[in-house]
Amino acid sequence: MASIQEEASGKKGGEIRYLTPLNIDHSTTKKYCRFKKYGIKYVDYKDSDFLLKFINEQGKLLPRRITGTSLKYQRKVSVAVKRARHLALLPYVADLLK
Amino acid sequence: MNHYETVFILNPVLSEEQTKETVLKYEKFLTSKGAKMVSKEDWGLKKLAYPIQNKKSGFYHLFEYTVDPTVISDLEIEFRRDERFMRYLTVKLDKHAIEWAEKRRTKINNKES
Repeated sequence: MASIQEEASGKKGGEIRYLTPLNIDHSTTKKYCRFKKYGIKYVDYKDSDFLLKFINEQGKLLPRRITGTSLKYQRKVSVAVKRARHLALLPYVADLLK
Repeated sequence: MNHYETVFILNPVLSEEQTKETVLKYEKFLTSKGAKMVSKEDWGLKKLAYPIQNKKSGFYHLFEYTVDPTVISDLEIEFRRDERFMRYLTVKLDKHAIEWAEKRRTKINNKES
């Protein structure tokens, strides 16, 4: 029984042989909620540099599955970003924000 | 009495004296209504992330105060009537927010000294 990695690396008689071994990413670093980890209890809408971590290049909010934020704090982040947008600290629409 | 925080953006066309005057006017307005000013900050002329009223910058100011909730609507009516105000945002601070604001203030004070 040849596993995918063996086949990919082309060793041990795997049936499929690739010229360049497949680079399967096994990232073991687990995502975490930065608010829980560092004990931040309030998301400040005035700190636009910090909020920049939670939006993408178009200025849209990033989903939880990418940032790893817990639901409780994601709600607060979304409110903070919307407040910052109202005060023109963050753009509503942008292009190449980062 | 609740703890509030107001950020407002003043028109960049105003001269320095005029901005000081408006800030003072609203400070007096709040104190006359029984508000207790906790802190005020002047962020100076800042670039806006998007144009408001065809202007690309504005004077940012921040007030932190405790006041009765009924005064807030009066204050916001005054803001809306005033042409010098481009934007404003009043937020009620909960206990975590107050803690955060205090931490932020000491940080700023340390930087200055």
